[in-house]
Amino acid sequence: MTQNRPWIPYLLILPSVAFLALLFVVPLVQTIWLALSDNGAPSLANAERMVTDINFTRSVRNTFLLTIVVVPVQIAIALAMGTMVAKVGRGRETILWIWTIPLGISDLAAGLVWLSILQNTGYFNSLLFSLGVIGRQASWLSYQTPVALFIAIAVAEIWRGTAIVMVIIVAGLNQVPKEFKEAAEIFGAGPWTRFWRITLPLIRPALQSALILRTVLAFEVFAVVYALGGRNFPVLVGEAYNWQNQNQNYSVAAVYAVLIMIISLAATLIYLKALKVDPERLP
Amino acid sequence: MANIVIDRIRKSFGAFQALKEISLTINDGEFVSLLGPSGCGKTTLLRIIAGLETSTSGDVRIGDRSIIGLAPKDRGLAMVFQNYAVFPHMTVYENVAFGLRMQKADDARVKAQVEKAAGLLHIEPYLDRYPNKLSGGQRQRVAVARALAVEPKVLLMDEPLSNLDALLRLEMRTELKTVLQSAGTTTIYVTHDQTEAMGLSDRIAVMHNGVVEQVGHPVEIYNHPATRFVGGFIGNPPMNFIKVPVSNGQVVAGAEQLAVPEDVGNEIVLGLRGEAVELAPLPQGIEMKVRVAEPMGSHLLLTGSIHDQPVRVILPASETVKSGDTIGLKLDRKRITWLSPESGKSFPAVSA
Ligand SMILES: Nc1ncnc2c1ncn2[C@@H]1O[C@H](COP(=O)(O)OP(=O)(O)O)[C@@H](O)[C@H]1O
Ligand SMILES: [Mg+2]
Repeated sequence: MTQNRPWIPYLLILPSVAFLALLFVVPLVQTIWLALSDNGAPSLANAERMVTDINFTRSVRNTFLLTIVVVPVQIAIALAMGTMVAKVGRGRETILWIWTIPLGISDLAAGLVWLSILQNTGYFNSLLFSLGVIGRQASWLSYQTPVALFIAIAVAEIWRGTAIVMVIIVAGLNQVPKEFKEAAEIFGAGPWTRFWRITLPLIRPALQSALILRTVLAFEVFAVVYALGGRNFPVLVGEAYNWQNQNQNYSVAAVYAVLIMIISLAATLIYLKALKVDPERLP
Repeated sequence: MANIVIDRIRKSFGAFQALKEISLTINDGEFVSLLGPSGCGKTTLLRIIAGLETSTSGDVRIGDRSIIGLAPKDRGLAMVFQNYAVFPHMTVYENVAFGLRMQKADDARVKAQVEKAAGLLHIEPYLDRYPNKLSGGQRQRVAVARALAVEPKVLLMDEPLSNLDALLRLEMRTELKTVLQSAGTTTIYVTHDQTEAMGLSDRIAVMHNGVVEQVGHPVEIYNHPATRFVGGFIGNPPMNFIKVPVSNGQVVAGAEQLAVPEDVGNEIVLGLRGEAVELAPLPQGIEMKVRVAEPMGSHLLLTGSIHDQPVRVILPASETVKSGDTIGLKLDRKRITWLSPESGKSFPAVSA
């Protein structure tokens, strides 16, 4: 039937293509033009302005640092959680449900939750005080305590973003027939060997998806950082926000947006190459 | 010595009893099949022996050493899974080498063993390939080679041929038999396919609803099933069961008087293999109404009734019986099995 009317498939995908073009490609092109032009002529002036700003280097460094710390920890925790829950019989669904609660909390709300814990009059200080660990309120989120601030943000991000990784990894683990692990066990592989030599290679596609998703999201980190550290801990999206709203300079904000996009695309590409999934080697 | 003693093994899943006190002894080097319909507990028993499942009670000994508390890898056995479980991310070579690598064998030994196993199973040409590029039959060979490469004392196989098409299954069956005979491995082979079990096994254990109904040589099980279930499950067509009246310790079959075991009531079940008959004129023979006659080429298959009870018999292809005929049959009295109508168990063979 489609042989007689070869245009039908194109007709059917036309709405989605048009929708994407209108709401994604057009703004994208506009943003890139905004970033790379000055008074209607191509120019690198905005980029220069971004790079010479004192917060630029710090925001790049902070964003990368946060990503490098948070993503591997999230993957490791998610793998541990997924492996543990796979061993649970009854109550498995309930455990998964509880573990995915952070997924339903918006990132700003998550930031505020952690703020209420870690601010000077927060629960954490109350606890330490009642245990006699500290004599008076300690501050964790100020610019004088960069390490504590970093750790606080990292912990909040890990708490907030691990669930999505776990969901993907659990889905991946479910795809692996138990006979693979059993065969490995019979032929003498211990728990670690089974994990490294059998499970991990077999969930490679899920791992790849989780890594790409989490890394891209990590480069876009904003609300949690904003709630906990304000401008004490500049990150890329935060800077874009400031240029846009505080400084009313849409062009520099656009350069930030383009930069974030380039970094995300590059990271995705690296994962796709480094964790190449060969369909021939999947179950 | 790798004789296996399965000693009163029970297994319950919740309230459901999957295995109800199974006892079975397998001699060193013997090939024993666990044969039974789907869901009768074959896989569960095999997994308990392998250590992948814990039994509710009972003991398993290999070479007189209890293995019930040991980890699978310490039991000295290898297993071929129903879906092969050949690792998709490793080459065929690495798959076959897997057990040896886990034993930290040196490269020379790994190479020698892999080549030996690959040679036995004819998979040398694929050693560098990944399993997904292989057909079902080839993957099955890889799974067997992986198991044989570690030279296990005991080999467990769970329906290894059930995913293959009929022609390949026949071919692999013959090859498995050759390979395992030369390796001399004690083998437990799970199958629901009676021809497979008959062809391969030294002995067969017929299972039904978590119970071993009969253990014996294939021919013995075929000719003298211990229960009605066994007779009906083994053989194609299955054994015929005809309820007949008994008078003065005898059953009348046409012109013949057949002696029955002494301690029976006024009815008994006559178990008759379809081919244990020959054509005889009426009224010397017992009367059979033929509903359908199917010439199968090698033989003639007749479906109909004796004493108003359904039967299937086999005659030589040269006989000319048509659908709707009424014929007389002479029964081969040496091949009759008498069964109790109440318990369904067979009586020991009678001489008369
Ligand atoms: N993990 C399990 N939980 C509950 N029931 C099970 C489990 N494994 C097997 N069974 C039940 O035990 C019975 C025997 O199963 P199995 O040993 O797989 O049979 P077979 O291999 O002979 O087909 C079946 O009724 C099956 O549903
Ligand atoms: Mg089974």
